[in-house]
Amino acid sequence: MTATRPYVEEPLPPAEPEGPPILKIGLRRWLKENLFSTWFNTLLTVVFAALLAYATYKLARFVFVDARWEVVQRNITNFMVFHFPRAELWRVWVALFVLAAAAGLGVGAAGTRREAETAEGRGTRVAGRGLVFRRVAPLIALVVVLLLAARSLTAALLVLGVAVTAIGFRLLGRSLPARAFRFVVLAVLAAIVAAFLVIIAFGGVPWDDWGGLLLTVFLAVAGIAISFPLGVLLALGRRSKLPAVKLVCIVYIELIRGVPLITILFMAVFALGFFLPAGTDPPSTVARALVGLILFTAAYVAEIVRGGLQSVPTGQIEAAQALGLSPTKTTRLILLPQALRAVIPALVGQFISLFKDTSLVFVVGLTELLAVAEIVTQQPDFRAQGLIVETLLFVAFVYWAGSYWMSRESQRLEQRLGVGIR
Amino acid sequence: MAAAAPTAQVKPPFWRNVRVLRWAFQAVFLFLVIVFLLYLWGNLTDNLERLGIRTDFRFLRQPAGFAIPDSDFRSSQSVWDAFLVGARNTAVVSILGIVFATILGVLVGVARLSSNWLVRRAAALYVETLRNVPVLIIIIFWWAGILIRLPSLDENELFGLVNLSNRGLVLPWLDRTADLTLFLVVVLLTGVAAALVIRWRTRRFDATGEPHHRVLWGLGVALAGVTLAYLVTGRPFTTSLPEVGSFGTTGGFRLSPEFGALLIALTLYTASHIAEIVRGSILSVQQGQSEASNALGLSGFQRLRHVVLPQAFRVSVPPLANQYLNLTKNSSLGIAIGYYELTRIARISISQAAPAPQATLVLMLFYLAFSLFIALVTNIVNRRLEIEGR
Repeated sequence: MTATRPYVEEPLPPAEPEGPPILKIGLRRWLKENLFSTWFNTLLTVVFAALLAYATYKLARFVFVDARWEVVQRNITNFMVFHFPRAELWRVWVALFVLAAAAGLGVGAAGTRREAETAEGRGTRVAGRGLVFRRVAPLIALVVVLLLAARSLTAALLVLGVAVTAIGFRLLGRSLPARAFRFVVLAVLAAIVAAFLVIIAFGGVPWDDWGGLLLTVFLAVAGIAISFPLGVLLALGRRSKLPAVKLVCIVYIELIRGVPLITILFMAVFALGFFLPAGTDPPSTVARALVGLILFTAAYVAEIVRGGLQSVPTGQIEAAQALGLSPTKTTRLILLPQALRAVIPALVGQFISLFKDTSLVFVVGLTELLAVAEIVTQQPDFRAQGLIVETLLFVAFVYWAGSYWMSRESQRLEQRLGVGIR
Repeated sequence: MAAAAPTAQVKPPFWRNVRVLRWAFQAVFLFLVIVFLLYLWGNLTDNLERLGIRTDFRFLRQPAGFAIPDSDFRSSQSVWDAFLVGARNTAVVSILGIVFATILGVLVGVARLSSNWLVRRAAALYVETLRNVPVLIIIIFWWAGILIRLPSLDENELFGLVNLSNRGLVLPWLDRTADLTLFLVVVLLTGVAAALVIRWRTRRFDATGEPHHRVLWGLGVALAGVTLAYLVTGRPFTTSLPEVGSFGTTGGFRLSPEFGALLIALTLYTASHIAEIVRGSILSVQQGQSEASNALGLSGFQRLRHVVLPQAFRVSVPPLANQYLNLTKNSSLGIAIGYYELTRIARISISQAAPAPQATLVLMLFYLAFSLFIALVTNIVNRRLEIEGR
């Protein structure tokens, strides 16, 4: 068959889903097997059904009947941006449009590339197409809740515009050839920087005036973005054969991992000024807190990357040495690409954890999402009415939707990258 | 070979010798690190001197100037003593949190693999809800949303023994009436005796195979010993029941709402992580083990207790240790609701004129000590559980 081209493999046909055939069983049988198989299971079912029904009733009654959501509705802009000058809000919207375009383009181009890889027989197919809605359900729920709270036609139209932009650019990304992927990556990175610049530069708003969800997201994204290169350096240093470098990196990583984030934030916010040369103006609180978050996250990123470095087989390094690559080139071209690819899901996990941990800057006096939840209950109209339950539930939902959505995406990414399968 | 020898014998110049380069690079690296640290240290001393703040740790010996509720600490005691009280509070909430979170986490983890659909779903709901919310929100929610909103003191009293109100939970406790030293010595001896009895029963079981009942035996000996000690040493304490007075409760043992909120929140949050670890490690036990125990006719509970969980536990020790560390570190968030743990003590002393860099450093050292201790204990456990020859 392939006598003329003996070294070219035929592309594999798409694999059929494996596993035993799915049995179709009736409802009665399903109930018997899953809920009432033994007397003990029946008891458990009854007890849990009662408990769940009670909890659902209580929660639903609170959310739809008892809760006074006015405090959230009137303060929705505060929850989103807090101090941010209202006249400059258009900048945030523009940034959202830019980011939506970048996300759409990136997702589209990644899809094209994945198809090309699958056609070459390299990629791993992930079951579960058509589950797009289930995947983004938490995100959609978040947007719907935010819009319900905002009750503004302008905001709804703008969100619609953002969604349309994202979908449009996804189509554009799909139509690009697979080899354009690396340019798309550059374009996405440029768009993220551009979105940041739109808000901050050209007579924009310095980050000291940011607040609410905007500040939370900014701290998380900037934190992971800047700590990533630091973490890679620390991980390489920890694996170095030079004892001095290794020692310094180990001491740094283990010291940081041994103390709570809040103490590092204290050090950064209350004591960083002491470590700067006399006479220099101390940086703003946001910048200082960001420094603390970066120093903290870098140690954790380093441990994740170290795991990735260890997962690269020694044979790869030896092969690179046999080819005469210098140590730098071995690291740059052989070691890091494979290691970093393997740790992408774990890095997403670290990002989620940082996203949740940004709530700690509330303790050192920044007005991120959680702080706003506390502050708005002290407004003259809402003071001393015990509205903290409402605001905390709202904020918790925002955090929950964000991290749940990202953790699902990271699980999917894990499957697609085939981590742990090779 | 002879032809190749001359070129091989030429030593490379020292600036291309890998060993020299390595040493040089490390020396330069260390030099830069040290210069950087010295630079920071220089700035620090300059700044502190300029502000007239001492650069040493003598502030630890100065009177604290603040009191700590629910403790014997007086404001005339030193800052160091305050730190020790804070460390004790951190340790109390961490240890209790670790115990409760482990129990709850194992239950939820097992429930996630239940054959009952509803139980499985409920456990998944629990895990996915709590894992994706910042622990700080859970802490503040329990404190501001639930515990300090309980009815006030005069409105409710449960059974006269326990008092739960917005001032906290008051439990019956023991009041000392005489010297406790002798009693404690006897209790200690009883503990040793119980341990010996348990060992004896285990040996007996190993030798003869008769039922050991070592837990029953041990508990029996301990109980008998403590009762005897109480009577012999002249009843050194009496029970103290909470009574509602005009200024809160008197008597009993009070758990503050802050402590309660922190403990509950840390337990719930960490349990959701532990549940995932337990689930993962149960799944890592080979299917054949379960099937074999079914074939032996073990019940579902026996299968878990004697076959699956012991093997799963071995796998889960390192990640569990990580969660215990996280819980201890997360207890620092008690500062947000005013529980007097280490971080809050440090924060208060900074606001009471302790120098911020040194006080924060002392705080970090305390947490490092906690972390090292937990790492040490889990390493020992891990080593004892390791299967040899694998």
